[in-house]
Amino acid sequence: MALTRAAVEHVARLARLQLPASELERMREQLSAILDYMTMLQEVDVAGVPPTAQVTGLSSVMRPDEMQPTLSQAQALQNAPDHAEGMFRVKAVFEDESTG
Amino acid sequence: MTEYITTIGLEVHAQARTASKMFDACSADYAGGEPNTRTSVVSLGLPGALPVVNRRAIEMAALSGLALNCSINLQSIFARKSYIYPDLPKGYQITQYDQPLCSNGWIEIRADDGSMKRIGIERLHIEEDTGRLVHMPDGSSLIDYNRSGVPLMEIVSEPDIASPEEARRYFQKLRQILMWIGVNNGDMEHGELRCDANVSVRPRGQHEYGVKVEIKNMNSFRAVERALAYEVQRQIQALEAGATIVQETRGWNETLGVTVGQRSKEFAHDYRYFPEPDIPPLVLDADWVAARQAELPELPDARRARFEAEYSLSLQDAELLTIERSVADYYEAAVAAAQAVNGSAKDVANWITGELFRLLNDSGEPPGCMTVRMPPAHIAEVLALLARGTITRTIAKQVFEESFQSGQAPSQIVAARGLTQISDADTLATLAREIIAANPKPVAEYRNGKTSAIQFLVGQMMKATKGQANPQTARAVLEGELNAS
Repeated sequence: MALTRAAVEHVARLARLQLPASELERMREQLSAILDYMTMLQEVDVAGVPPTAQVTGLSSVMRPDEMQPTLSQAQALQNAPDHAEGMFRVKAVFEDESTG
Repeated sequence: MTEYITTIGLEVHAQARTASKMFDACSADYAGGEPNTRTSVVSLGLPGALPVVNRRAIEMAALSGLALNCSINLQSIFARKSYIYPDLPKGYQITQYDQPLCSNGWIEIRADDGSMKRIGIERLHIEEDTGRLVHMPDGSSLIDYNRSGVPLMEIVSEPDIASPEEARRYFQKLRQILMWIGVNNGDMEHGELRCDANVSVRPRGQHEYGVKVEIKNMNSFRAVERALAYEVQRQIQALEAGATIVQETRGWNETLGVTVGQRSKEFAHDYRYFPEPDIPPLVLDADWVAARQAELPELPDARRARFEAEYSLSLQDAELLTIERSVADYYEAAVAAAQAVNGSAKDVANWITGELFRLLNDSGEPPGCMTVRMPPAHIAEVLALLARGTITRTIAKQVFEESFQSGQAPSQIVAARGLTQISDADTLATLAREIIAANPKPVAEYRNGKTSAIQFLVGQMMKATKGQANPQTARAVLEGELNAS
């Protein structure tokens, strides 16, 4: 399954990767090869097998609505690269940038 | 001029007011503490943290679904919605996608022509709320994750809404129901309940829908109605001018009273939903659903209809008395107390919708304060004092208000202040003679055949007794005195 260059650019963008043009073609070939490999799965006959979202065999794992002690503000912020006024601090965020 | 048909669908987000968050055990009281004091490894999206579903949140969502006449899907799954924005730290939101908990419901609202109309509800699913961003003047943003992971129900209507007024009524009805069943406090100002809309117009006769525009940032019922009215007119004017409508998201600007196009995105959102691998499917059974059904109280419409039938109330009174569940409960408690002293349900309704609502309105208190301010037994006492002839109607209002203000029992107020009705004919006759002597003009009018002039004299009697004179006795005594002399 040959991916288009546009599809690779789109995936790179979604993954927040800045790929130089020189790498795009290499990525296109490698990703296409991976998809080709996965295409083998299409050969399996799954007629009569219900779709599943889980392999654990578990269902309805729930907990009671009870509070437990949680992190303090200092604990919550301890790994933050930057913080101010008890809050995480990040560079300007606009939706446009979030998708690009 | 071309006639246009408006089509609106609403997407309402309502927090389920659980004690703990949707997928972890930290407090869901996000506004009740300093920033980032309601977080855990789960709500901070730290690697390796395992989300575990809050059972009560699922029960509340199912309860809401049942109240909105939805079917409860016995199997539903959670999904990841890829979403790269810092208000959720994981890079995705846990939500439900192709298998929501509830689907295919409806509620009934009053249509613009006064008839009742069903608005379909496509689905109700559960998801997690996001954190709060504070944009700083220097361009940076501060993030508080207290709200991140609070359980949120998304309720999506069918495009069955035909006008901005209907949209407001639908949203109000939804709020009434969610508050009634105790899953949401209905607070729009603080975002516990939020509403977005999709709106399109098309010329009458055109079969397919017009291009839809999404409207956001409507934070009150009034804003919903105003924003949609503006947007409908904007779209019609654009079409009339030969322009085309662009599919976009527009924000309501409350101050300017206009919707404004939000920056168009080069890329449409690419949410890439996929099943949440950390959370096993929810598998429910009929018994579980029956238990939720049993938990559901009598709903506002049913209770309103019962009030009309059982207590002979007008539709308007029945609607007022079912505006909130606490009001309906209060009414029925007061009716029970009043009936024990032969008071009528209709009189109780009148005291509540008249005096009590007015007093609450004056003091700026919510209806929930009724029971504290005026225990149901006190309304019954006022009715009993009236029925026994202990006090007059004028005094009753005064006693009612004093009881509301002070919390004192009405009978105590009457006793302490000597407000008992004066029915003693001798006492009133003495007073009548004084009033006749002091008011020669109306007396002469009465004697010249204008019998209605006696009303003024009765009024003087009531005034002189501060409302305590029995009006019938006062009138009879006055007539006797006027005709005798």
